[in-house]
Amino acid sequence: MSTLYHELTNFTEWLLGLVASLLDWTKLGFLSDFGDWLQTEPVVTLVATLLVAVIFLITAMMFGLCFIWEERKFLGRFMDRRGTQVGMLGFFQNFADGIKVVLKEHIVPKDSDHALFEMAIFAYLASTFMLFGCIPFSDNFAVFPNVNLAVLLGIAIFSFGPFAILVGGWASNNKFTLIGGMRAAAQLIALEIPLLLCVVSVVVLTGDLSFVGIVSWQEHNIWLIVPLFIGAVTFFVASVGESERIPFDLPEAEAELVEGWATEYGDVRWGLQMASDYFRAYILCGLFTMLFLGGWAGPDFIWAEAWYLAKTFIVFFFFIWVRAATVRIRTDQILKLGWRRLLPLAVLNLFVAIALKLAGVF
Amino acid sequence: MSDEMWVNMGPQHPFNHGLWNLRVRLNGETITAAEPIIGYLHRGWEKMVENRTYSQIVPLADRLCYGSSLSWNHLYCLSAERLYGVEAPTRAKYIRVVALELQRITSHLCWLMAVGTDLGSYTIMTWTIRERELFLDLLCQLSGARMTYNYCRIGGVRSDIPENFERDVNRTLDEFEKRLRDIEALCDENEPFLMRTVGIGKIDAKTAMNLGLTGPIMRASGVEMDLRRLDPYEVYQDMKFDICYATDGDVYARYRVRIDEMRESAKIVRQALAEMPKGPVRVKVPRCPPKGTVACHVEDPRGESLMYIVSDGTERPYRLKVRSPNFVNLSASPAMLLGFKISDVPAIMGVMDMCIGETDR
Repeated sequence: MSTLYHELTNFTEWLLGLVASLLDWTKLGFLSDFGDWLQTEPVVTLVATLLVAVIFLITAMMFGLCFIWEERKFLGRFMDRRGTQVGMLGFFQNFADGIKVVLKEHIVPKDSDHALFEMAIFAYLASTFMLFGCIPFSDNFAVFPNVNLAVLLGIAIFSFGPFAILVGGWASNNKFTLIGGMRAAAQLIALEIPLLLCVVSVVVLTGDLSFVGIVSWQEHNIWLIVPLFIGAVTFFVASVGESERIPFDLPEAEAELVEGWATEYGDVRWGLQMASDYFRAYILCGLFTMLFLGGWAGPDFIWAEAWYLAKTFIVFFFFIWVRAATVRIRTDQILKLGWRRLLPLAVLNLFVAIALKLAGVF
Repeated sequence: MSDEMWVNMGPQHPFNHGLWNLRVRLNGETITAAEPIIGYLHRGWEKMVENRTYSQIVPLADRLCYGSSLSWNHLYCLSAERLYGVEAPTRAKYIRVVALELQRITSHLCWLMAVGTDLGSYTIMTWTIRERELFLDLLCQLSGARMTYNYCRIGGVRSDIPENFERDVNRTLDEFEKRLRDIEALCDENEPFLMRTVGIGKIDAKTAMNLGLTGPIMRASGVEMDLRRLDPYEVYQDMKFDICYATDGDVYARYRVRIDEMRESAKIVRQALAEMPKGPVRVKVPRCPPKGTVACHVEDPRGESLMYIVSDGTERPYRLKVRSPNFVNLSASPAMLLGFKISDVPAIMGVMDMCIGETDR
């Protein structure tokens, strides 16, 4: 149990105790019983977990938003301009955009499949928000820090995205969204396999499927980017593709598909979908940091969380650099890249990991 | 349900530069048929000018194309001069060449900007508009406007070049040639850029000639056709420059041709400024031209543009026909698009340098 958990459990106990005493004061038998039930162990744990999750979600979302800001500023510099200037260092641009999308009208296309249209975007967003929970900031600040299969869970939730995209693209009843949805599904699946193989190589070396285990292994031995350099590069390329960013932003290639699978979405749904791309990029950067850059491990003069965030922001800087330097490539080229280049590289990397493990280097 | 579907890319679509529609039939993502549809921006320009006097048409000619208004302006003035039977003073001709080539550079930079956004690289876009700004400043010094210059007059140019113009132009060109190398590095040494352009939208020389293509697209197919050399107007016969051409006929070749052309244009500007004689910049012309017809064609940044004027001896033209290079190039687009993917549409149509103002007129 982390300290955050501990403190919030205490807080919840106090809060529920307060509620129970208020209920007791009414002198109504069933309310007193309800108050007693509120103070039982499972309820306290549930409420404490929810509190942790909400705090964690908001924190992670704020840093996800910082990614948008980072991209705006750095992309601006790459392009020889200043980037956004709203508020302090352009930091309030996100809030301005957020207010704007919230105030927009919600439009559903007449001939769309209404239920699926509404559901798909929420499924997509839910999978993104669920991902936040999987990536701990440190062994202290996390929703479930030391779950054994955390890595696997994260990847599993990640692979839920293509379904939502495909359904959303189909339900919009628009040719562009349909093509975009198809592309997204094809691309995400093609890149997911090399991504997973890179994760497997890490798991082979560290022998652990929890982030805490992987990070502490790297703390004691070496950052995995050194022995598994091929894997790190493969993972990086695959994650640029997974987060649907230039040069792999085919699913929403605005030059040919308007806005890809999200063309028909408006208002806050579109805003969150757009932010969700950055959240996913943030999560992939976080994964990269965890798997290859030693996670929150670092000298003690700042917090572990700060180390984690600093590394994540640096990884995202490379994402931005790639975006600034390249143009969008075609679907068939992405698939070719995924199957013919990244997959063999990932397999090679897995062999390296197995060889290192068998030779007893680590 | 058939396996193929028609997709309307336009008239409101992010890849359209201007208001037009490209209908493509897709089999999966492969294009099996394409049909450009224009007419959304038809302003009746040719009819409109029949009710204007010859001098009133000069600023209207600017409005034919927002990307390279000066070349249309100049084309109109040149054809009107031939109709009137007057000739601009030599100094005016040199000034026109300088202005035209500066305009060609801005137009090509504007084109590269559009290609950048089409291919998804906003860095190419911002870098090229940054460079374009330098030339817009020069043209602004020359004419006082950034977009519709209204600089040429029937019988010369509106005013002489401003003070220190030669110095400013040379400085700008020095800086520009340096920065153009950066832009080239950004594109040519960029593997994704090459993946998107090499071998796409191929057209061989014979097809290009049969389809009536002109300009950089024609030259990229290996045909050395440049009206500045073949049928020199103004003082192009005295200018030393190479005709830029490539033989591959794909999108990348078209890109290369335009980049090289910017260099050649810079060379022409330098030479014209150095050799510019002293003298008047404008001659008087009568109010009404003699009865007759004239056809005059020049090398627009986009290809061969032609104006055909029929005069009945009054102060207004009886008929004025414009041949837009883009109109012809656009009609040839299905031949370029067939068999390629929908993702190649922005690349192929982007390097076309679409300008609907002159296409629809």
